[in-house]
Parts: sequence; C-alpha cells; structure tokens
Amino acid sequence: MSLNSNKFERIPDRLPPINSIGWVAWVKQNLFGSVSNTLITLLFFYLIFLYIPPFLDWAVFNANISGTDRSVCDDNKSGACWTFVKVRIEQLLFGLYFTLNPDQTWRPILAFIVFACLLIPLVIERTPHKKWLLLTLIILYPVFFVSVVGGGVFGIPESDASQWGGLLLTFALAFVGIVLALPLGILLALGRRSKMPIVRSFSIIYIEFWRGTPLITILFMASVMLPLFFPSGVEFDKVVRAMIGITLFQSAYTAEAVRGGLQAIDKGQTEASMALGMGYWQQTIFIILPQALRISIPSIVNTFIALFKDTSLVSIIGLLDLLKIAQNSSRSLDWNGYDIEAYMFAGLVFWMFCFGMSMYSQKLERKLDTDRNTE
Amino acid sequence: MSKSPLTLHRNPKFRAAIVQAALVFLVFYAFYSLYQTTVFNLEERGIRTSPSFFDQVAPFKVGFSPFLDFELGTTTYIKVFYIGVLNTLLVAVLGIIAATFLGFFIGILRSSNNWLAKKVALIYVEIFRNMPLLLQIMFWNFAIFLAFLPPPKQSLEFGSFFLNGRGLHTPVPIVEHSLLFKVWLGVVILSILLSFIFRRWAKIRFNNTGKSLPVLSISFSFIIIISISAFYILGQPLTVDIPVLGKFNFKGGGQLPLPLFSLWFALTIYTSAFIAENVRAGISSVSKGQIEAARSIGLTRSQMVKMIIIPQSMRVIIPPTISQYLNLTKNSSLAMAVGYEEVVAVWANISLNQTGQALIIIAMTIIFFEFCSLFTSFILNMYNKRIQITER
Repeated sequence: MSLNSNKFERIPDRLPPINSIGWVAWVKQNLFGSVSNTLITLLFFYLIFLYIPPFLDWAVFNANISGTDRSVCDDNKSGACWTFVKVRIEQLLFGLYFTLNPDQTWRPILAFIVFACLLIPLVIERTPHKKWLLLTLIILYPVFFVSVVGGGVFGIPESDASQWGGLLLTFALAFVGIVLALPLGILLALGRRSKMPIVRSFSIIYIEFWRGTPLITILFMASVMLPLFFPSGVEFDKVVRAMIGITLFQSAYTAEAVRGGLQAIDKGQTEASMALGMGYWQQTIFIILPQALRISIPSIVNTFIALFKDTSLVSIIGLLDLLKIAQNSSRSLDWNGYDIEAYMFAGLVFWMFCFGMSMYSQKLERKLDTDRNTE
Repeated sequence: MSKSPLTLHRNPKFRAAIVQAALVFLVFYAFYSLYQTTVFNLEERGIRTSPSFFDQVAPFKVGFSPFLDFELGTTTYIKVFYIGVLNTLLVAVLGIIAATFLGFFIGILRSSNNWLAKKVALIYVEIFRNMPLLLQIMFWNFAIFLAFLPPPKQSLEFGSFFLNGRGLHTPVPIVEHSLLFKVWLGVVILSILLSFIFRRWAKIRFNNTGKSLPVLSISFSFIIIISISAFYILGQPLTVDIPVLGKFNFKGGGQLPLPLFSLWFALTIYTSAFIAENVRAGISSVSKGQIEAARSIGLTRSQMVKMIIIPQSMRVIIPPTISQYLNLTKNSSLAMAVGYEEVVAVWANISLNQTGQALIIIAMTIIFFEFCSLFTSFILNMYNKRIQITER
C-alpha cells in the first residue's frame, strides 16, 4: 500500500454541505421544511410565548410558599398559593385520622416506603427472584399495610378505615382493586375461553355486564344496594363497600387483558403439554398462564392506570379521597377561593403516578415486541 | 365407536356436565337468595318493590330538559327517567362530535413532520389522558368557568354564541311551517341518496375506465346547492332564533347551562386525547412501503393521502374510536359532580333517594347503559365484518 501511496493520493472525503448536517439541517427539516411547515412552527412559537411565560410566572416565579395562613397569598394575588398545599399536605396525603394524630403519620409513610422498596426492584429489568418479590407484594404487603396503617396490633393504636383519606385512600382502593381483581380476572378469562358452553356464556355475561356499566353506577349500587343484599345485622364500612364495587368492576377489565395474553399463546403449547399427559389445570398453571401473564402485563398495567384514575369517583359517594379532600379544603373558610391550586396539586399527584405507569407499560410493550421479533 | 375405556368420573363430558350443572345451580341460588333478602330488607324499611311509583308525581325540579317539558307538580317519575336519558344522550352526542374533530386534529399534528407541533400534541395527550376525568370536570367547572366567566352583561361572544357564568347561549332553529319543513327534509335526504348513487356509479366507472371524478366535492356542492335552493323555494320553513342580550339576561335562543358546558368541555378534551392516540397509531400503521409504492406509481400527494393512507389507517382508527365513544357516554355520568341532570344524577341518585326503589331504579339505569354498550358492539361488529370483506 505504501508503495502506491505516491501514485494514487486519496483525496479526503469532503464534508457534506453545512445545511444538510447538524442542527442546521435538523431545524430546516423539522421546523421550516416547507411554507406550511414554517407557518405552523411560527404559530406554535407564538402560542407558546403567549401562554407559557405567564403561566410560569404564576406557578413558579411569583408563587407564594411561605407563611402558614392565607394572608401571604391574599397580599400577592399574581402568583399561585402553594402555601395552601403546604399547610394542608398531611390531610391531602393521609386523610383525617393522621391529621388529627400527627404523631402517627409515620405509619402511612412507612407503608409507602415499603411499597416503593418492593415495587422499584420489580420494575428494574435485571432483578433476580422477581416472582417472589411479586408474591410478597400482593400477598404479604396487604397484611403489612392493614396492620401498620389500620393498627390494632402490636400496640399500634387503631385507625378506622372510614377515617383514611387523601392519597392513602386512593392508593388503598386501587391496590385492593388490582390485587383482588387479578385472580378473579384470570378465572374469568379462562372461563371465557373454556370449552364448556355454560361456563363460557356465564363468563361472557359477567364480563360484558361490568364493562357496559359506568363505575359510578356500580359505586352507587355498592353503597345503596349492598346493605340490602345481606341479612340485616351484616354491616359494611363505606370504604369496604367501595372496595367490593371496584373489585367486581376491575375483574372484568383484568379478564379482558388476560384474555388478550391467552389468545397470543401458540396452540402448539397446549398440544405439547397435552402430549406430555398434563391435565387442564397442570397445563394452565405450569405452561399457559406463565407465558400469557407475561404478555398481558402491559394491558394489565393499562387497566390499572384507568382504575387508579377512576378511584377518584368514590368522592361522589362521599369518601374522602385525594380529589375530595382537595375540593373540600379549597372550599374551607381558611382557603376559600384557591381552587386552582387544590385541583392542580391533586392533578399533579395523579398525573405523576399515571404517567409513570404508562411509561413503564410502553417500555414493556416495546420490549415484548422486540423479544418476539427476534425469536 | 368403541366404548370409552374411561370410568365415568374420568369422562371429560361427564365432568363438564357436572361442573356446569353445579355452576348453574350456584349462580341461580345466589341470585335467588340475594333477591329474597333484598326484597325482604326493602319491605322491612317500608318499601314494596313495584313499578307503580312510575306514575307518581316527582317532587323535585329538573332544571334542564330541552326535549320534554318538565313541570313541577305534574311530571311523573317515569318522565324524569326519560329526561335523564335524553340529557345523557345530548351531552354524549355533543361530546362525540367535538372530541372527534379535536382528536383527529391533535392526532394529525402528532404525526405531522413538524417537530414543534408533534411535541405540543404529545404534551397535550400525555397531560389530559393521565389525569382523572372527574378532576378535570371539577377543575374546569369550579376553578375556571365559575370563577372567571363574566356575568351575562359582559358575555364572551363567538358569532351568535354567547358564553357567560350561567352557561352558553346558542341560536336555536325553529320550525315555522312543519309540512314545508318535512318536504325540505325529504329533498335534502333525497339529494344525499342521489349523491350516494352517483358515488357508486363513479366507482364503477373508475374500475372500468380508470377515469376518476372528484366525487366528494361534486356531491358536497350538489347537496349544499340543492338544500339551499329548496330552502328558499319553499319559503324558508326554518328560522333561527338568535339569543339577544336583554336588560338582565339573554332572551331567545337556547341555553346550555354551565354544568353541561363544563361537562362537554372536559369530556371533549379528555376523550380527544385518547382519539388522538388512536389516530396517530392508525397513521403510523400504514407501512412505509405503501407510501413509497404510491410515490413510485406517480400518485400525487393528495391522491396518496386519499387512496392509500386514509383507507388503510381508518381501518385501525375506527374500532378503538368507537369504543371511546362508548366510554364518553359512560363517562358522562360524572356530571353528578357538577350538577348536570343526566340519567345517573336525576334517576339513580335523586329519584332513588326520594322513592327508595333501589332495585328497579338501579336495574333500569344499568339496562340503559348496557343497551348503549350492546349498540356500540353491534356497530363495531358490523364495521369489522365490512372491512374483513374488503381485505385480501
């Protein structure tokens, strides 16, 4: 090569024209590609400059956070009143009981921290022994939650479920809904694909019945009719009634999510397990479900997002969830008139959870897609 | 057929029969005992479950009933139910129309090639679909509209629409001459039918000769010209009553009360975020090869959009969008929070509290929504069947 190098001098590659690489090209292509594109860009820039700076001024730069009563906010009306949220934060997050007993707030905080410690490793892809973690989360954790937050054991003072509120109640309702609905939903999904006509039609009727009715009607039914369904003397707490309604409702949606997973399993899997001499339950438990559930996790997470948002409906039947407490506090005499801040805070909390979960489910979905394509 | 070597209790058919018989027995027994206890419990509270309360006069006021007349002191419970159902359907229809337009607009922005527009649309979708709808309804109603909308005197004006703290005042069409109006309606329907026949003919002609016609613009202008000229020839059987600001409030026209307006607004925004996602998914489902092929056979951009992209993406967009319509209808029951008088609010809540007829009232409410849901799946199945035939 070196021999020929004086003969054939290789001319170094010229760089592409400046307007086809780097940020210049990017801007040209993505913002000012054509006349209409340019117009759209300018319009959106204009709208952003019209609305975003005043909003930031209100929400961040001029906002009030100091002080403990409304006088600070009343003096400076040009900014948001986060003082209100700061003062009411315990009530918004934990509800009445823990606001009245501030020395007990460590209980819900501990419950949340333990939950996070169990959940975060589950979300991380490379954690070992995920199955056991998951089982701990859905079987042992509820027991832990009830004994720590509910109290009455180990000398912890009892807190009545009817006095739970805020984010704590929202969380409890959603968690109970998903944990109890999962086994029910799996059974229903199996029932819907069963070869027995009566089992199948009952499952279909059940699923379509709950899916066709709005949750608010079901909550009404749970709060008005549930006491009528049982002989007098059997009393349910309001929270428990809501939990029953939510579980029945959610099981139908979980069933549909699981059915999607079951449908995606190749028929060869069933046939192979039959050839090995497995019975129906052996096939289902050891071969079909582990694969089907893995595929249906994203849709289950999606139904869970919907449920998490829908738990706010319990405020209509008089439970003090996050939304209801936010509304009530913005109507209290101390903070009357600061509705926007209250709703924005509640909305932000809901949004963070739902957005996080939807990011997770989208990531899983992409991963499942690539797994399948590379298989 | 040789005799089955299995013993009876191992025979799958026999087992299936036993399991199903047991299931039927359990379910019916559970229903029967629930029904028994419920009726007993109701009677203990002095309520005899019977639909005779339908004809009793409702002792409360329903403020908004644009389709049926409500009169305190004469209107019966059953009519209250109809009013509730109609109000639900009203907000559902208004919401579906608006959410479709807004959702398609956002979805198209989301798949445009302008980076800024894409990001703005993405942020819109992620904000509004990840917050509870109830929170959004309450936010718009209590924190924004009730707090900031001006009194009637300083209403915001949008053409002939006026928005203020009491609601939205709209123009209302009034039938001046009912016979001529019916004739006019007939003419309009006829022109629509004719344009469908024209479309069919144009399609056959296109398949045979390859010559295409601008079907959509021809039929639209045909329908519009025919209906407008028929309207004037028949001597304007329909006039529009425009709201006019009087001394204290608006006179004439129609009024959508503020709860309805907020509910409609929130439902539209919430549902449009979901529809936008469907639209984006539909557009991105058209494979790149289709677009390249369309270009290589020399289709213009508008031909490509009309004949390649829209037909294929619509197939993906329409089914989930129809389910969103059903969701919107079900979600309209959240109106209770702001006091709009739809079926759950006036029937499953107020009427139930007044009469105590829980069994009948809840059943009727559920049946109404189940009916909507069945109707939706009927439409969906029909659509799915249709697109299956056109598939290869």
